[in-house]
Amino acid sequence: MDILQLIVSGLANGCVYGLIALGFVLIYKATEAVNFAQGDFMMLGAFITLGFTNADHMGLPFWLSVILAIGIMGILGYLLDMIVLRRMFGQSQVAVVILTIALGFVIRFIAGLIWGHEPQSLESPLSGLELRFGGLVLGMDEVWVIIVTVALTALLYVFFARTKLGIGMQASSQNQLAAYYMGIPVKRIHSMIWALSGVVAAIAGILFASKGSIDPTAGLLGIKAFAAAVIGGFGSLPGALLGGIIVGLVEPFAARYMPAGYSQIFPYLILVVMLVVRPHGILSQIQTKKV
Amino acid sequence: MRIVFKTSYDADIRLFKHKAQAFWYLLLFALAILLPFLISDFLIGEATLVLIWAICGMGLMVLVGQTGQASLGHAAFMAVGAYSNVLYQEHFSMPFLLSFPLAGLTAGVAGALIAMPITKLHGIYLAIATLAISVLAEDLIVIMEPLTGGVSGLFAPDIEIFGFVFNRYGNPVELYWLVLFITFLIVYLYRNMLRSPIGRSFAAVRDSEVSAKAMGINVARTKMVAFAISCFITGLGGALMGHFATIFTNETFNLIMSITLLLIIVVGGLGTIHGAFFGAIVFVMLPLVISLTRDALTVFADSGSVTIPGLESGLFGIILIGFILFEPMGIYGRWLKIRTYFELFPFYRKDMFRRQKSYLKTERTR
Amino acid sequence: MSLLELKNVTLRFGGLVAVNDVSFSVEEGEVFALVGPNGAGKSTILNMISRLYTPAEGDILFEGKSILGAEPHDVPVLGIARTFQNIELFEQASVLQNLLVGRHTHCCSNFLTDMLFTPFVRAQERVHREAVEHVIDFLDLQPYRQKLIAGLPYGVRKVVEMGRALAVKPKLLLLDEPASGLSVEETQDVAFWIEDIKKVMGVTVLMVEHDMHLVSSVSDRVMALADGSMLSIGTPQEVQTDPAVIEAYLGSDDGTESGEAA
Repeated sequence: MDILQLIVSGLANGCVYGLIALGFVLIYKATEAVNFAQGDFMMLGAFITLGFTNADHMGLPFWLSVILAIGIMGILGYLLDMIVLRRMFGQSQVAVVILTIALGFVIRFIAGLIWGHEPQSLESPLSGLELRFGGLVLGMDEVWVIIVTVALTALLYVFFARTKLGIGMQASSQNQLAAYYMGIPVKRIHSMIWALSGVVAAIAGILFASKGSIDPTAGLLGIKAFAAAVIGGFGSLPGALLGGIIVGLVEPFAARYMPAGYSQIFPYLILVVMLVVRPHGILSQIQTKKV
Repeated sequence: MRIVFKTSYDADIRLFKHKAQAFWYLLLFALAILLPFLISDFLIGEATLVLIWAICGMGLMVLVGQTGQASLGHAAFMAVGAYSNVLYQEHFSMPFLLSFPLAGLTAGVAGALIAMPITKLHGIYLAIATLAISVLAEDLIVIMEPLTGGVSGLFAPDIEIFGFVFNRYGNPVELYWLVLFITFLIVYLYRNMLRSPIGRSFAAVRDSEVSAKAMGINVARTKMVAFAISCFITGLGGALMGHFATIFTNETFNLIMSITLLLIIVVGGLGTIHGAFFGAIVFVMLPLVISLTRDALTVFADSGSVTIPGLESGLFGIILIGFILFEPMGIYGRWLKIRTYFELFPFYRKDMFRRQKSYLKTERTR
Repeated sequence: MSLLELKNVTLRFGGLVAVNDVSFSVEEGEVFALVGPNGAGKSTILNMISRLYTPAEGDILFEGKSILGAEPHDVPVLGIARTFQNIELFEQASVLQNLLVGRHTHCCSNFLTDMLFTPFVRAQERVHREAVEHVIDFLDLQPYRQKLIAGLPYGVRKVVEMGRALAVKPKLLLLDEPASGLSVEETQDVAFWIEDIKKVMGVTVLMVEHDMHLVSSVSDRVMALADGSMLSIGTPQEVQTDPAVIEAYLGSDDGTESGEAA
């Protein structure tokens, strides 16, 4: 029973990592940029919801705040691409990496300015509820994280496979120039992708904050999500989720069975080993350049 | 505008392009030596810090600016330098003159060893791998507690050379001169690197790996050498940083420091020695300027001191975003434009430095 | 003994046969051209010789020895230099630095002596510079010495790339479409240079080119390829009049006079 509980809490954590990783992968697939601020996006989404709904801030109803936060993060993502990242068109990947790192600094600073640096937790109707199966006690919040993640992934899958916009996004990720020639508005699609990843980050943030506390440095969690994305191969949405779950599951077991101090290095160890053994993850996208 | 008539091949090999340039740099160096007579001891401490950051920045510059390999984990090599320097002094009772270069060497070897598996990676994959290394290093310091003192950290003794003691608080001016001398040596080595075959092969690897190969450059080996040189210099900077901080822990060389180092050289200007210095100056001066403005504001507002935690990194982030968007070549790039403007006056054209617009160069193919 | 010899070389990419059982040899001192429609496998053959690809079957001999065991960076040491179809120069470096990189195989210093800039390194730099100046004189690149590649026009870049390959002082020079994208005058220059590379420098040239006019004016022998297989080999005249070649890519009607045959 003990092990089962470890698995569930690991799964729940893993789903949050997976969702952040999903955000990386969405943007990477479409624009080849990597958003190092994705973790900070998540933190921001959580804080916006928290600011709307918590009694000592605005005290709005929970679900309204969730919708508001998701909307705001979507718009923020869109504007960010339109105003900032579009200027980076054609510049090297590393420049974009540095830009998004700086963006993370700024987001962290703003979040600290508005909501303070003390850890706070989101007052959600889910927290505190428990689900009992015989001797097994599961936190309702953890179960919800898993359900929402699965639903969101399914939704994204349908979006990319079935809708015109989704297929346009795929096309522009395969070959920007060709997509441009085919009349696909590449720039607008990039902005939409950023909006979408903002939405995913907001959801991840809400889930994360409802099952624990959050403070402005929570964005550093994004590094674990990197491990997840790399394991998944940086090019595949299910891969990102799978990677997140692997990292999430490894953590509690390492904490349990390894001496103290060694457990937290495990996700990074997996990351480094993965990069060395299979540099481009499970699903590789890299080909040799033609000369 | 100055026209230099070159009469021998050495004109392009020499360190300075012409006499006037040599004169200005010598003047700058003289000014740096005389600086302690011009400013207070506190500011000399800050100047020392600028030099130390500039050394670390030059280390990273070899890798990022010259060889085009991103590293988000250079604080790990600063840590190797700082820890090994102190440990050599304590456990083998080595003098600073021996432990200091050895610490750099240790960091260089560590860099080369780590480079072997990870230089196969490109772009973001390399960035992420080095990021992981930075995080791992932080945890490793805690795990290796018997050696490193874990979370309680290590105490760096005063630097002692032939019985003469250098201490940040006791004699800041002498420490400044020592660091200045080391900085000077490293700049000299860096300049030599740039004008010799190794510097050219770095540039070749940066700009086109496939044609570097076709010209006979062993790309994997060149990247390893770049890592080694880069980590050697950064390790020396780390060792100095250890002495300057007097006490350091796993927290001192954390991921944020790795990232900060990268941001410093980007703000300063990638690919140039000047960039490392400009970036370091901005980074060290920023908290000073903030606290000065704060003091000024409190005088006006008279409402006690207003402290905003995280203001420095937030402001630094904003400055950086501004630079990447509007001046990707950093402060040094801006300086070049201004200088060209005056040299060519009134013939400067706005598009002289414009770069070719291009569609995204995919990095999915290598 | 031929300078370069390909023996029954086959290369496949997945299911696609890019080069199918191709054999030919390049004699010392000649200009040998590979022609054929796009996708015929011409550049692929150059890439195999510079060891970027490894053939599935067959062998490649240079001066009688197999080079299949060599790494790409060993190839210029053997004496084979090349240019690329879509110019692969070092964008953020000057013309001079690009050409000096070509001298890399002649460098005997290591990174330690380089960083200390010992007198030996300085002397070596002077020798490299002199060698590079010969190339600059040969290709009339004097005005561009200190210019960054990133700001140079296309035609000059093509010449710089040829210069960089010449700076290697190769025995065999591989040119991948040296005239593509060049104006008529520039193409004429390229023709003269190739002549001089052969006659004055004594370098053997193996080139891939679409411009039949250039090919027939400079090359001693030509091989035509289509779909990875050899169609015809011989003097430019023989190949151009070979019915199989005309059939394959000049079209079935009489097109012997077409300058651009692609």
